[in-house]
Amino acid sequence: MQELIRNGIVIDDTFAEAFGMRATAIIITAPTLKWARQAAITMTGFATSVIGCGCEAAIDIDIPASETPDGRPGCRVMIFAMSTDELQKQLKTRLGQCVLTSPGSACFASLKGSASLDLGSSLRYFGDGWQISKKFGGRHYWRVPVMDGEFLCEAKTGLTKDAVGGGNFLLLAADAEKALAAAERAVAAIEKVPGAIMPFPGGIVRSGSKVGGKYKGMMASTNDAYAPTLRGVVKSALGPEINAVLEIVIDGENNDAVNAAMRAGLKAVIDFGPKRGALRISAGNYGGKLGKFHYHLKDLMP
Amino acid sequence: MKPLTFTLRSEPEERLDLSGLIPDRLGGMPVVEIAGLSIGTSRSPAIVGDIFKITGTDAANIVFAGGSGRFDFVGAEMKTGHIRVDGDVGARAGRRMAGGTLVIEGKAGLQAGSGLKNGRIEINGDAGEGVGGPMAGEIHGMTGGLIIVRGKAGHRSGERMRRGIIALLKGCGDYAGLNMVAGTIVVAGRVGHYPGHLMKRGSLLFDRRPADLSPTFLDCGRVDIAFQALFDRYLMEEKILDRPLLGAKPTRLGGDNAVLGKGEIMFPRG
Repeated sequence: MQELIRNGIVIDDTFAEAFGMRATAIIITAPTLKWARQAAITMTGFATSVIGCGCEAAIDIDIPASETPDGRPGCRVMIFAMSTDELQKQLKTRLGQCVLTSPGSACFASLKGSASLDLGSSLRYFGDGWQISKKFGGRHYWRVPVMDGEFLCEAKTGLTKDAVGGGNFLLLAADAEKALAAAERAVAAIEKVPGAIMPFPGGIVRSGSKVGGKYKGMMASTNDAYAPTLRGVVKSALGPEINAVLEIVIDGENNDAVNAAMRAGLKAVIDFGPKRGALRISAGNYGGKLGKFHYHLKDLMP
Repeated sequence: MKPLTFTLRSEPEERLDLSGLIPDRLGGMPVVEIAGLSIGTSRSPAIVGDIFKITGTDAANIVFAGGSGRFDFVGAEMKTGHIRVDGDVGARAGRRMAGGTLVIEGKAGLQAGSGLKNGRIEINGDAGEGVGGPMAGEIHGMTGGLIIVRGKAGHRSGERMRRGIIALLKGCGDYAGLNMVAGTIVVAGRVGHYPGHLMKRGSLLFDRRPADLSPTFLDCGRVDIAFQALFDRYLMEEKILDRPLLGAKPTRLGGDNAVLGKGEIMFPRG
């Protein structure tokens, strides 16, 4: 494998392999940013991977009060799934259980796409006949009376079929502390990129996986080639200097968003340097045959 | 291209039905043919050429230079384009209009925007009775679109309206939103007697507490909701108002409980 070195960090000549997905986005607002984020965090809980959660979701960016539809602080949430039906199901249940229930919340569409998904249109029945429909400015809203006032919710939001899921890179470091420090830098940089989310806890995955396993029925199992404790006993991808690996996984509204996010994350890690952070950067792929989108690390260097 | 302009020669001697002079119908029509269209309503009706001098060619953009209270059905059933009247109009301007914009610089007569389906009507002067209302025997008034009256509006504005927005910026007469089914009426200024009388659903949004209410509207207190901020912002973005109408925590009255009772009247506190 050819090597490229940036700021003392070894960059593997490899690529991240990503897949086409369906995605939608909404804006959640509340009286304070704290409560807008709380609704969003609750709604995007247990949404790290489509394999076990049905969808991948996270906060995209915070939106200042001056830029939200109702003039209150808010944040943009993105949700990704493999099919339109699954996306609609996840959106509806998460909205109903996590946003409708959150104090002072309101919810608006934040994506114009090829098709639409129900937001308020499916939640309005909670109003038991007292829900109010309002159409103005080319948009349709539902007002549902609740115990702290009203849940204001746009009727529909958009769906895009151009979304990309599974952009990633691996940060290989001398120890877990340094791997985490580098990963946190990457997460902070990618959080600022609009249209891209990192669905795993705090944006970081420690349990990277390979396809299949020795046990029947396991679709994925531990990525032993990158597990430092197995370095001596399996065909390891790790050299003697690496003792911890963390992965950043990125879902984006489109190819450009994933590209921009990968670029921002890699730059942050490289700028951070090898002494405090990662010694080597790699990426996960399946040989290039499964995913339509390939992100070559060498093309994304700062 | 210059707008297709109809310059009024002199005050017409009969009421005119101008429903034929809309972008949808005049697009591609030669001037000679336009000049021959019958627009009078008397036994020997006037034609366009008798009343107006025609200049310009852009039929998507029609201007009436000079208006009259005898101009009826201006912009009626229009679907696209833009009509401006530099003066007054008569009855039922924008009747059953389905798209485009109609701007009236002067006053409008009875039932402006009657049965409006979509599009935007802007009246810079006063408007007569029955803005956005139904004609006799009709079940619904306007079913969509936006009517802005920058002057005073008459009685029964928004009668039986079902969808859409009416904004009356210098007050209105009695029975605003009479028998309203749904939709929104905004009034800045004095509101006459019994607004929302027999309204089923819909919103009447005022800049002050109405003086005279039906007893079947019940006080729901001051409400802390997000809707009014969203709507205030819409009114300002559309340049309908230059400051918030309701502000934070408006007072909400529910009614009319003589009928379904799912409508509301909201106004700022105080």
